Amino acid sequence: MENTNNNLLIASSPHIHSSNSLDLAMRDVLLALLPAVFAAILFFGLHSFLVITVCAISAVFAEFVAQKIMKRTVSISDGSAALTGVLLALCLPPSIPLWIAAIGAISAIIIGKQVFGGLGHNIFNPAHVGRAILLASWPVAMTTWTLPMAADAIASATPLALMKANNFAELPSLASMFLGNISGSIGETSALALLLGGAYLIWRGQIDWKIPASYLGTVAILTSIYGAINGLGVIYPFYHLFSGGLMIGAFFMATDWVTSPITKKGRLIFGICLGILTVLIRLKGGLNEGVCYSILIMNMATPLIDRYSKARIFGKKRKEPKHE
Amino acid sequence: MKKNSFFGGVHIDAHKEFTNTLSIITAPAPKTVYIPLSQHIGVPCQPIVKIGDEVKMGQMVGESRGFVSIPVHSSVSGRVTGIQRKPTANGRFVDCIVIQNDFEDTLYESIIATEEPDKLTAKEILEKITNSGVAGMGGATFPTHVKLSPPPDKNIEYIILNGIECEPFLTADHRILVERSEKILQGLIYLLKTQPLAKGLIAIEDNKPDAIQIFSRLLEKQQNISLVICPEKYPQGSEKQLIYACLEREVPAGGLPSDVGVIVQNVGTAAAITDAVEQNMPLIERVLTINGNGIAKPQNLSVRIGTLYSDLVELAGGFIASPSIVISGGLMMGTAVFTLDIPVTKGTSGILVFNDSSPFAKRERERDCARCAKCVDVCPMSLEPSSIAAYARKGRWEDAERFEAISCVECGSCAFVCPCQIPLVQYIRLAKQYITSKGQGPTNPLVK
Repeated sequence: MENTNNNLLIASSPHIHSSNSLDLAMRDVLLALLPAVFAAILFFGLHSFLVITVCAISAVFAEFVAQKIMKRTVSISDGSAALTGVLLALCLPPSIPLWIAAIGAISAIIIGKQVFGGLGHNIFNPAHVGRAILLASWPVAMTTWTLPMAADAIASATPLALMKANNFAELPSLASMFLGNISGSIGETSALALLLGGAYLIWRGQIDWKIPASYLGTVAILTSIYGAINGLGVIYPFYHLFSGGLMIGAFFMATDWVTSPITKKGRLIFGICLGILTVLIRLKGGLNEGVCYSILIMNMATPLIDRYSKARIFGKKRKEPKHE
Repeated sequence: MKKNSFFGGVHIDAHKEFTNTLSIITAPAPKTVYIPLSQHIGVPCQPIVKIGDEVKMGQMVGESRGFVSIPVHSSVSGRVTGIQRKPTANGRFVDCIVIQNDFEDTLYESIIATEEPDKLTAKEILEKITNSGVAGMGGATFPTHVKLSPPPDKNIEYIILNGIECEPFLTADHRILVERSEKILQGLIYLLKTQPLAKGLIAIEDNKPDAIQIFSRLLEKQQNISLVICPEKYPQGSEKQLIYACLEREVPAGGLPSDVGVIVQNVGTAAAITDAVEQNMPLIERVLTINGNGIAKPQNLSVRIGTLYSDLVELAGGFIASPSIVISGGLMMGTAVFTLDIPVTKGTSGILVFNDSSPFAKRERERDCARCAKCVDVCPMSLEPSSIAAYARKGRWEDAERFEAISCVECGSCAFVCPCQIPLVQYIRLAKQYITSKGQGPTNPLVK
């Protein structure tokens, strides 16, 4: 037989790969955000779509420039920068000026991601870094909320602000809360749309149910207890679940691969701590909403959680490895 | 409710439809066979024939040296023409006894039917298995008689026959289960005789309904042997995972199945044991699957040990287009070989050939780890593959050891799911090498 084998590929096993890739995963997350984007356009009009587009484009542009300057391989095609942009846009108020949104997206990519070494190395969720920077820099623009489905931007308090002020009479109906017909950030109002996206991601295997389940579960339990003590009724916890950035935070931000724990037990601990922090900030803190800061704080704890939540290795009795 | 399964693992397209209904074809013996003197884990054999010697089929040509060693036998009758170094599937070069086939297939004198094999004692059965050079045919080629001689303080309670065959594209064990079922059962009965306290289990994955049907019928009359049907999942055929699936017992880290009272044997090995016990026939042929989109006629072949891969490709109708990758064994754990000038050994379960149009002939660029933890979720040993790989990359062997790299069974599930295409198994192997050699290993290509 002729020797046809001079060019055989030599590689380590395995020689088969699941079809999953970084690009595909990012596409899946973007796809999962589509219902929230549609809800945003429906409730807050075309300007919200402009904000999303501007953020996505600025993020991709920032990533490209940063990688060029830092002489890294340009990886804008993996979709992670665009995703950061869209996620950031979805947590901005509908009336945000486009230029502020663009600055947010650029800082998310540069300060939140590229200075740490790019995808996989960042400590904090980049989109939330961008949001935190904007909140500190333009506090008024970042907390000016408008009514949904309104011809003109009419300033209006968010359900969380109303709850904080103990103004339960003016709260929208629970159905409006669930569908998203309330004032709030562009993509955060519709719990329904975000639940659809989250379910899609879990079904696709791109995120683990453990973080959203433990996060939302903890918030539900704690607010139920608070509600029971203060006689606020059984629907009180639902108002917490459906308001603010909790849904998008639980399904899209806290589940960020890079900044959440890799151990199974760690993911549960992460979610529970997020729930506790969010409820603490919402009920006792100075701010109305605590999702963004809870996630940023817990991002810092991720390496620690990973370290102390190692799984028991098959065939080992003690919990290994020990740390010196 | 027992699930007959293990934790972790992945679901892989089995691609078995090309060959799982094709009966085993006995391949004609080649003109020349190359009998490797080391086909097993353990000490290589000492050649006991000289150039020019006439040898018969089944005659011992290399004798074992030491306990963890097994003899090798000629798979044809003919003349010894030399001793030649040949590459083997695991990358090592091994001395092979070259035998020119006279196509007479004259059997060696000792190969005669055993009178009343039912009456053999455990010791006699073990002796026949040892002399016949039987080694684990699932791929690891651990000498069978060593497995069957556990330390006296270990009580063997179960012997599990591994009929899982969870590697995609391989169907050899499946066909053996279907076509040689009685031989397998008989082999298990002999095995049980060597371990008087043991019960027998035959584990088959639920993707082989025909084999399950045959064995449920066969085992109706057996008091001491039962069938375990495992739901399809990779790597169910891995020894530790299989023991857990069947018995929910965990082989301790660094330990052996005998530590939990179990011996696992491949179904092909069981069939070979029947031949050894009843016919005194040494292990000189085995069934393998030749498959892949680069092969004209994929099939299950019964081939003589020492047949070159190139001969088998020719038998299977040659290549379709020029081959891009040739894998000895399965896609998940097999070795990509650099040549077809490799002889079949007792552990060759398959030859897979893929050409350019196959996804298996391509490798994607490795990216930085995105910490998605998919590898952690699928690892059947509950390791953190991404962490071990990261340490291996940096040459931090102590850290890799702390993360228990040594427990890795190299099943490949982690690398299979990795969206960043990191060759995790390769990194972990490197770490294992360093850990076992206590830093005396080869220079690390990754650390400058």
